[in-house]
Formats: sequence, structure tokens, C-alpha cells
Amino acid sequence: MDYLTIALLVVVIVLTAAIAFFAFRYRKRTYGKDGREGVTTDKGLKRRLFAFSRKQLCIPYGVFLALFVVFPLFLILYNAFTDRSGHISFDNFILFFSTPSTITNLFMSLLIAFVTTAVCILIAYPLAYILSRMKASRGYILVMLFVMPMWINFVLRAMALRELLDLFGWLGEYNFLNTIIGMVYDFLPFMILPLYSTLIKMDRSLEEAAADLGAGRTRTFVKVTLPLSVPGIISGAMMVFLPTMSCYVISETFGGGKIPLIGKLIEEQFLAADNWHYGSAIAIIMLIIMFITMLVTGGFKSENVRGGASL
Amino acid sequence: MTRKIISYAFLVFVLIFVYAPILLLVIYSFTPSTIIGKWDGFSLSLYGELFTNARVRTMIINTVVLALLAAGLSTILGTIGAIGIFYSRGKLGKVVKGASNINVINAEIVIGVSLALLFSFLTFNRTYFSLLLGHLALITPFVVLSVTPKLKQMDPSLYEAALDLGATPTKALFKVIIPEIMSGIVSGFMLAITLSLDDYIITSFTKPIGFDTISTYAYNAVKNQAKSDLPALRALSAIIFLIAVIVVIIMNIRASRKEKTK
Repeated sequence: MDYLTIALLVVVIVLTAAIAFFAFRYRKRTYGKDGREGVTTDKGLKRRLFAFSRKQLCIPYGVFLALFVVFPLFLILYNAFTDRSGHISFDNFILFFSTPSTITNLFMSLLIAFVTTAVCILIAYPLAYILSRMKASRGYILVMLFVMPMWINFVLRAMALRELLDLFGWLGEYNFLNTIIGMVYDFLPFMILPLYSTLIKMDRSLEEAAADLGAGRTRTFVKVTLPLSVPGIISGAMMVFLPTMSCYVISETFGGGKIPLIGKLIEEQFLAADNWHYGSAIAIIMLIIMFITMLVTGGFKSENVRGGASL
Repeated sequence: MTRKIISYAFLVFVLIFVYAPILLLVIYSFTPSTIIGKWDGFSLSLYGELFTNARVRTMIINTVVLALLAAGLSTILGTIGAIGIFYSRGKLGKVVKGASNINVINAEIVIGVSLALLFSFLTFNRTYFSLLLGHLALITPFVVLSVTPKLKQMDPSLYEAALDLGATPTKALFKVIIPEIMSGIVSGFMLAITLSLDDYIITSFTKPIGFDTISTYAYNAVKNQAKSDLPALRALSAIIFLIAVIVVIIMNIRASRKEKTK
């Protein structure tokens, strides 16, 4: 057994003990909203040990998140602001912003993400609009048809598209264009789903009302349909824009190594260059960009993000 | 009328864009040629290679086992977590919910790097467990996201009624709440499987040396242009495509049956 196995066992034991402790300690807590006493109060030790109120169920998950999500993020923060000897330093950030190639890299990532998002909206919006106007059952089947490739491993899908572009003789010729095509191919379903679900849920009587009041087709679309579908556009854009910036698998597959994304830069610091402090600093910069994007778009709806894949 | 023609033409155009690459792979999975575009006669040898080539076989089994294991564990952890978050109105629930949403929006590269730092901080070697933990950290929040809406739709008086009728909270949980949110749990499990199967970045940061999943194997083959590794992947893609088609058809049939019974 290695350390990790032992540590896992320890975590499991501690968790079980913690749950048992809380269950025992709070056994007299009420369960109902009306202040009724719990029914397990007087039913033997075994019962009492395993009795719990429902909200205590979030403790194991909370501990898991604290250990494997929140704490690791603090490790990134710590590494970003220290140097190899462990002293606090801002050198990593200074290095990033004083190297012309990394600045180019950052802007290239933003450009790729922006263009990909725009192209995805331009393709997915009319598509989702047409599908949402069809008979519900047929529209649903067609939506499934458009998002089904999502079920195929994305590296294999990228490989397929790469072979096709190779057949056209584009590979190595148009690195930027190929990268955009690859990104759009990968992320298009994530734009179609939220747009379709927004458009299909839309109250159609509003459009009819606009038409009754004398608005033409274009005017109805611009003044009614489009504004009402903005939430779908935003959540789709979030699902495309943020992952695109760091999705170096696609840019490496299609860009011939000539389209460096910020994600690739981070990976290099960790795997090849072995400068984890610098890599952490770049990760922090990426987190800041993500944070700004979310502020600009007004946060995110947790129901829509990638979970849309479960349609 | 012209509007209709234009919209159908547009649909067909996008469908071709989406399916042309996949069909190209499917067609060329029936020939042993090393490069696409050169037809070496019909043969099923690439499909045979999936079973005979030990490296390919191992990485396929690795991927499937990992996905099932990670999805199973994350479904248990995520379902319990979602119930806990939903019923805790206080600070605790809010904090856990917030922490849960971090990895939903976080870039995979940042998750991968943070886990690499964690394992090095704890001086753990990268093992199967670190890989499994990495996948759990990525996919469990999505299980929570698919279970939560079902909890919101549930009639809260059902649980109270079970308690009034003498069920213990544990019994009420398993007999009332879990069956009510089962559809959310199932779709969470499916989503977890697809996310685990699809992951490249977190796998590459947490996997033990010499361990390959479909993603890492294919990425290395594409990146290094390993002419001997690429052809078998065409057959693999074709099989995965076939499975996807079957799953989607079954889901559609089940959905339409449900509608009919309603």
C-alpha cells in the first residue's frame, strides 16, 4: 500500500467517525419544519448513532470538496506568490507581463476564444431557432442528432476532423483557421443546447402579440425574440468561451504547434519546464480572466453550464 | 417556401459539417491502410487489432473501468451531497454549494494543475487513486447539478408523511427521497460517465506513468503522428459512434414511450 491508499483510508475513517459523532450529538434535533422532535430519540444506541438530519448529509461532500477542490486552489495561490526557495515574490507575475511572447500568447488565446464563440453563435442560433420552430418531437430528434457527436471522445473527434482537413490539404497551411474550425467542431453542441432550450421555452404569444400590433418579421425578431433569448446566448457563450481559452488539445492538434494557448503555457511549466511557481502564476492570471468574464456576463446559471449535456 | 428551403439547406450543411469527419473515419475503418485517402481493400483487421493489440486493449479497458468506477462513486457522493445541500438552509449548505460550483466553471487545466500541486504537497506518487480522485473532483459537481432540480420538484410533504407514519429518517431517505429523485441520479450518472470518458487534461496531470486512457493514447498518437497507432483508433471511433447511436435511439424510444403512457 502506498501513502495515498493509507491517506484515503484515514479520510474514510475520519469521515465515518465525524458523521457518527454529529449524528449522536444532534440526535435530539428536530426534523420537521413545525418543530416536531425527531422520531429516533429514544430508540437504542445503534439507532441513535446512525440517525442524522438530512442536512448533515452535505458534510462528507463538503469535506471532499475542501480537500480536493478548495485546498488545491490555495496551493496554486501560494505557489504563484512564492519562488523556489519559498520566499514571497512577485517575480512570476513580473516575468509573465514582461515577456512579449507570453503577452502574445494571452491575446491569441482571447482572440481564439472570442472568434470561436462568435462563430458558434452564428451557426447555433439560426440552427436552434429553426429546430425550436419545428414540431416538438421532430425538433427534439434533430437536436439529438446535432449533439450526438458529443458522446464520442473529443480527442477521437478532433482526430477525425484533422484527417478530413488533411485530405483537403489544409493541414499546416492555415493554422489559425484550422484551430477555429477544430474549436467550433468541438464546442458547437454546448452552444446549441442552451440556445435550443431557451428558444423552446419562450412564450410564443409574445411574438404573436408583436405581429398583431403590426411589427414585421424582422422587427418582431429584433425586438422580441432576440432579447428574450439573451440568457441562452450568455450561458452558451460561457460554455464555449472559457474552455476554449485553455483547450490546448485542439490547438495542438490543428495549429501545428503554432497557435499557443495559455493552457499550453501552463502545461509546459508543469510538465516540461518544471517551473511550478511560474505555472501557478499563469493559472492565477487565467482564473482572473475567467472571473472578469463572469462579472461581465453577469454570473452564470448553474443549471445551464455543461449540465445541459444531459438534455 | 424559400424560407423553408433555405432553413433546410442550412440544417443539412451543418449536419454535413458535424458528421463528415466521423463518416470518413467509419469508412476508412474497413481498410488496413495507414493513411486516410488511400484504400487498401476491404478488411476487418483494424477491428481485430482492438482485441489482439495488448496496448490498445488495455487502454480501452482502463478507460471504461475508470469511467464506471468514477461515475459510480461520484453518483453516490454527489447524490448525498445534493440532498444535504438542499435541506440545509443555513451557512453550511451555501458554502458547500459554492464550493461545489467551483469546478463546474473552472478551467480543466487549473483543476489539473491544482491537483498536481496537492499530490506533490502530500508527497503522493501518481497512482490509480490519484487519477480516480481527479476524476471525482471533476465530475461529482455535475452529479449534484443534475440531482438538485429533482429535489426542488419533489413534494416536501412526502418525507414528512413518511416520518409521521413512523419511518426513521434513514428509511424515509431510502424509501421516499431517493426513489423520487431517481431520474436525476440516473442522468447524473450518465453525465458523469461521458465527462470521465472525455477528459484529457485532468487525466494527464493525475495518471500514473505508463497508464493510458483513450484520450491520452489518442492525443499522443495524433501529436506524434504515430502511423502504427492511428489506424486502430479509426475502428475504435467507429465502435464508439455505433454505441452512441444505439444509446440515443434507446433514449428516444424510452422518452416517446413515457410520453405515450402519460
